[in-house]
Amino acid sequence: MSRKPLVRECPPTTWYFRQPRYLRYMSREITSIFVGAYCVLLVVGLQRLADGPTAWEGFLLALKSPASIVFHFLALVAAVYHAATWFNATQKAMPLQIGESFVPGNLISGAHYAAWAVLSCVVLYLAGVF
Amino acid sequence: MKERTVQLEVLRYNPDTDTEAHFQRYEVVCQEEWVVLDALNKIKADIDPTLNYRWSCHMAVCGSCGMMINGEPKLSCHAFLRDYEGVIRVEPLAHFPVERDLVTAPDDFMEKLKRVKPYVIPKEKKPISEGEYKQTPAQLMKFRQYSMCINCMLCYAACPQYGLTPSFIGPAALTLAHRYNQDSRDGGRMARQEVVATHEGVWECTFVGACSEVCPAQVDPASALQQMKITSSLDWIVEHLIPGGRSAGDAASREDAVDKS
Ligand code: SF4
Ligand code: FES
Repeated sequence: MSRKPLVRECPPTTWYFRQPRYLRYMSREITSIFVGAYCVLLVVGLQRLADGPTAWEGFLLALKSPASIVFHFLALVAAVYHAATWFNATQKAMPLQIGESFVPGNLISGAHYAAWAVLSCVVLYLAGVF
Repeated sequence: MKERTVQLEVLRYNPDTDTEAHFQRYEVVCQEEWVVLDALNKIKADIDPTLNYRWSCHMAVCGSCGMMINGEPKLSCHAFLRDYEGVIRVEPLAHFPVERDLVTAPDDFMEKLKRVKPYVIPKEKKPISEGEYKQTPAQLMKFRQYSMCINCMLCYAACPQYGLTPSFIGPAALTLAHRYNQDSRDGGRMARQEVVATHEGVWECTFVGACSEVCPAQVDPASALQQMKITSSLDWIVEHLIPGGRSAGDAASREDAVDKS
């Protein structure tokens, strides 16, 4: 009896439609585009600041445009979703063993959420929000 | 006992006569509490003896009955008919070459298992007269979960990275490397890093997490791989950013030199 194994290819561009969990994964990956775009925006802002007061004023004005507000809203939603997926993943990447048992996973993820909240408050405080 | 009539659509491929696979539909009278494997056994016994598939234990232990059931990697001895509605589509495990019908060729997986050195490489060799290597329950717990793998390959069938890049060492084999790395008796981590900390190793993983969702033994391969990414990154930092830091490769070759001397 001869061997003639049949290879069933994984479709290179449409594989993520095969299962809902792949779509969830792709949505997490796609949010990183917004996170990246926001970083670029920050760098542009720094450049404008270095270019002098007129350039900076122009940059601030552009930030107030409707397109910019829509972008900021989308970027915020994407960044929160992105961050949440990674905070939820921390319990897998960093399990904590004490004696014979493991610290419950949601405590590890929860600690990250708590640290996030505290740091956000510090940033808001430094920015003069309160 | 209650009966139910089930329609199964099974992928057929005969290497002697076919160039492509095709689906064949069977109608089977089953018992209410049967699993998909029981229905396949009934087909083979009463309807079509030419149907090929693997199984052995019928109790989710041997890992040989993995198949795609409605597109999801499952142990067919663990997939209850009552959990499915309508026609149940049964295909061989995805991402593996199909040998015949539902039988796949596991050669690639077996090869990869070997590459991660899946055995204890003693930290310190001692003569048998000195007795066994002892371990506390806490030391056992550190790796116990990762030792529960039944080699069913469902995680490979679930992993799109393995499907797209077949050179990826993949979830179960890398998890087994982690299992030995975590063992207090083992000193072989640096030697395993040559396979683990590479593009074909943990860095091919993009943390889709599908492996852990489908694993029937709750091994959680995704967690093992993420932990190995962290240790591999720390190795890199030690090697490149800390003056006099030893690289994984250095350490492995030094260990070899010590072994040979
Ligand atoms: S890790 Fe889980 S899914 Fe993968 S081969 Fe082992 S038991 Fe099967
Ligand atoms: S027959 Fe052994 S795991 Fe299903």
